[in-house]
Amino acid sequence: MFEIFGIPAAALFGQLLLGLINGSFYALLSLGLAVIFGLLNIINFAHGAQYMMGAFVAWMLLSYLGINYWWALILVPLIVGAFGIVIERRMISRLYQLDHLYGLLLTFGLALIIQGLFRNQYGVSGLPYSIPPQLQGGTNLGFMFLPNYRGWVVFASLVVCFGTWFLIEKTRLGAYLRAATENPAMVGAFGINVPRLITLTYGFGVGLAALAGVLAAPIYSVNPNMGADLIIVVFAVVVIGGMGSIMGAILTGFGLGIIEGLTRVFYPEASAVVIFVIMAIVLMVKPTGLFGRAT
Amino acid sequence: MKPFRRTRGSSKPISGSDMASAQPQISPAAPLLSVADLAAWYGESHVLHGIAFDVAPGEVVTLLGRNGAGKTTTLKAIMGMLPRRTGSVKFDGCELIKAPPRAIARAGVALCPEERAIFSSLSVEENLMLPPRVKPGGLSLEQIFEMFPNLKERLSSQGTKLSGGEQQMLAIARILRTGAKMLLLDEPTEGLAPVIVQQIGRTIAHLKSEGFTIVLVEQNFHFAASVADRHYIVEQGRVIDMIPNAALDANIGKLHAYLGV
Repeated sequence: MFEIFGIPAAALFGQLLLGLINGSFYALLSLGLAVIFGLLNIINFAHGAQYMMGAFVAWMLLSYLGINYWWALILVPLIVGAFGIVIERRMISRLYQLDHLYGLLLTFGLALIIQGLFRNQYGVSGLPYSIPPQLQGGTNLGFMFLPNYRGWVVFASLVVCFGTWFLIEKTRLGAYLRAATENPAMVGAFGINVPRLITLTYGFGVGLAALAGVLAAPIYSVNPNMGADLIIVVFAVVVIGGMGSIMGAILTGFGLGIIEGLTRVFYPEASAVVIFVIMAIVLMVKPTGLFGRAT
Repeated sequence: MKPFRRTRGSSKPISGSDMASAQPQISPAAPLLSVADLAAWYGESHVLHGIAFDVAPGEVVTLLGRNGAGKTTTLKAIMGMLPRRTGSVKFDGCELIKAPPRAIARAGVALCPEERAIFSSLSVEENLMLPPRVKPGGLSLEQIFEMFPNLKERLSSQGTKLSGGEQQMLAIARILRTGAKMLLLDEPTEGLAPVIVQQIGRTIAHLKSEGFTIVLVEQNFHFAASVADRHYIVEQGRVIDMIPNAALDANIGKLHAYLGV
């Protein structure tokens, strides 16, 4: 086996792949956070819990109803997204007149409640969710062995991320959304139903988190704490990328996943903190984030 | 400022029949917009105290008054954009005082705000196409580009990269597509070069000939006189007087006292 910078190539590519996988989840989750923050001005602390719900609902559909992974990819974002819509209508929408801090506190409380309920019901040891038969096994790429499911996660995440980017930056619906982010009162005065746009946006962001949860279920064990562990890193990613920037969230998510993977190869001791070190540096140099617009 | 002197009814003496045709509120035609007893609040502060005026179909009416008299607030209150309002806003026979802004827009009223509200995250084309069609019969893009040829060349630019005049044209242009027949224009000439002001004056005259009904808030009295049929004077959140454009010369002293010019 050949070596690069004294590191076995297999190890390097293995960690790069792992970085890309983590980056896929960072990107999907920070994308949802960015979309929600852009329009609602709320930092959705329940995002990790909604990601965890996505994995759990996929597990429940399979275990209780025999609904397979592929259907779960479609159904779970709809189910959890609908849950998000109810939360927005019944709770979050009451807070728009108040300081943003209240939205943060509400969603943080919701996250704790949701996690507690799942922990109470299913424990913390984790539930298995097997890789769908079509994606089992792996492919030898010559320079490394690629497990098929991991390749699929990276591919699916890229498609969803750029699909979302296209939806927001290039379509009429996206133009409504961007305009409402800037000046909701004026968009309402054009005859657009802004409250409904806000509700659907929240549901969409939550649906993205749930989709990430389904993708994650066969890789990580389905566990009530899986979201809480991940979301702290995702918040750092969002801060680095710049709140509310769609492309920023995607590029930063993948980029930081890769940087984290490389750190694990070259200086493993720093791999757990590298993202937070980068966050601190970015905050000092460019407080609005790499892709953020000054407001 | 010469070109903005009144062009209508200024040179010839006013006859009785001229007065009647210049004052559509006397005619039996029902007003398109009828505002009565309109009061509005920003939080605790009571800013409108009973605004009342009518606008007949196809008419151009201005709201004149000093800074802070409540002209912009009146337009926003008609549009439903204030947190609290009472009284009556009837448009096309429908009472809209309890309606949210989007329903008022859907009824066919469109606002071009003083700050223009061009969206920086949207291209010129996206800004232009943003307001949804609310009624049939809006202007086509060809008609709009005929009026504002500059916009056609800048369609892919970022909305806020346009010059002030172009932004003002974009802000007017985007509400002409929607089929709204009632336009509320808030100081469209503010801060613009005289040549652009002239172009906007021609635009308003053209829109009137296309059958649009317009309420215009203006600081530029000469500009107002060049385009409007009637003038309502707003002071401290009330309408205190109405002067037909044809009777402007006779009332010039009174008007100067109102406006403090």
